[in-house]
Amino acid sequence: MGIHESRIEFVYLFDVRNGNPNGDPDAGNMPRLDPETSKGLVTDVSLKRKIRNFVELTQSGQKGYEIYVREKAILNDQHARAYEANGIASEKGKLPKGEGDARKVTQWMCETFFDVRTFGAVMTTGVNCGQVRGPVQLTFAESLHPIVPMEVSVTRMAVTTAAEAEKQQGDNRTMGRKYIVPYGLYRAHGFISPHLARQTGFSDSDLELFFKALENMFEQDRSATRGEMAARKLVVFRHKSPLGEAPAQKLFKLVTARVKDGVTAPRSFDDDFTVTIDRDNLPAGVEIEERL
Amino acid sequence: MTYGVKLRVQGSFACFSRPEMKVERVSYDVITPSAARGILSAIHWKPAITWVIDRIHVLKPICFQSIRRNEVASKIPVSKVKSAMKSGDVTDLYLRADQDRQQRASTLLRDVDYIIEAHFDMTDRAGPDDNPGKHLDTFNRRAAAGQCFQQPCFGAREFPADFTLWTEPVPPHALPDDQADKDLGWMLLDIDHHRDAPGQGHRCDARCVPLFFPARLAKGVLTVPPRDGQEVRS
Repeated sequence: MGIHESRIEFVYLFDVRNGNPNGDPDAGNMPRLDPETSKGLVTDVSLKRKIRNFVELTQSGQKGYEIYVREKAILNDQHARAYEANGIASEKGKLPKGEGDARKVTQWMCETFFDVRTFGAVMTTGVNCGQVRGPVQLTFAESLHPIVPMEVSVTRMAVTTAAEAEKQQGDNRTMGRKYIVPYGLYRAHGFISPHLARQTGFSDSDLELFFKALENMFEQDRSATRGEMAARKLVVFRHKSPLGEAPAQKLFKLVTARVKDGVTAPRSFDDDFTVTIDRDNLPAGVEIEERL
Repeated sequence: MTYGVKLRVQGSFACFSRPEMKVERVSYDVITPSAARGILSAIHWKPAITWVIDRIHVLKPICFQSIRRNEVASKIPVSKVKSAMKSGDVTDLYLRADQDRQQRASTLLRDVDYIIEAHFDMTDRAGPDDNPGKHLDTFNRRAAAGQCFQQPCFGAREFPADFTLWTEPVPPHALPDDQADKDLGWMLLDIDHHRDAPGQGHRCDARCVPLFFPARLAKGVLTVPPRDGQEVRS
């Protein structure tokens, strides 16, 4: 069944090894922590950034898959690509002029940009603001067990300025530090509304691309800070109706990830965790797709 | 007035931003009637009805946590979109997230649990087929089955709200003594949205008026005055 006919929720598990999955600007870029439980956090916007980057990387130049909110690399800056202009004047209809224009503009943005169509966007016209709610809603990811961020001191065999070199009398070294989470398994939840998908034109192929991005985005996001990050599980619940067949919280409870008995400090997804999907208690009218 | 409904909503984060602290979001102590109305509307709403929040039961202690995030500073300028549409070239239509950056802290609520008591009134946009019974049935059926138009949220979409239709008595609250009876100060009741053309969708502008009311928790319950109540100020 297509995305316009069925509500979707998903559980997404990913892990990090010796890296910092999401730094906290309030705490000197230490990995984010829930201060009450010591569980690690990764914000929704951090995950969305990676999805955007993945789509930009894999779909660059494809019509309808532009990314509006970009990061450093603008791969296609030099390529001038032509698109069929969609004149505003053509179809005013009965709507008031301003409103009609705003709608045209919003619709064109949805058609052109994958991220606008998926996550929504805010556009302004003076005091008026055309706003698109995207069908995809992501939560903060939380680690399944308390994490202990480690501060690792590192040295560099060079200094930045001549003055510094002089001060250190030829012993040209600087020290820096980085934070790592030795190991953390994180869990995020997602919701996709078919009604909003219809409104923004988010299609089945967009959905497929979105899931591909979740599955593969860490492969394209390697850096010194991130360490080893990997998507581990993506369990999709597909309802057979647009309004859904069961409360989302009930479905999320069907997927459990536990640390195996006897493991005090988990360090590996395969060796230290058991993930179970309770298919027996799956409500009628909901299908499970285990994508990862 | 039609029969009321009770909905229990729970979640691990919430942010009901105070309008007076907008740049770095600070949440109100409890859910606003406006946000509660949004939650009900995410389950069922038609132009024929308008949700009215009567009471909010606060079941868990009020507790805050701060989260700082990188956010972009600008919105999409429509003029740029229009020129890209005209020329058919989108090369220059983008926003550089790393150069147009604001770091903003949000003071969020943690671990919230409310029971919303509400009813709906029929509006002047109700057609001949609309009757209160039908809408009440639809809402109750959807809420009981966990169905929704879109997943309801606590103030922002990254904080989803789990919902359960509540038919049992309201459970006792777990608020500490200093929170059970608490003056919450002036709080947003809702925004009186100005409608220029019914059925054409809505875009907020300067003609939309925010309404405020003096909020007070009494034994964990926030009683919400009607919009035209004496204590409500715009």
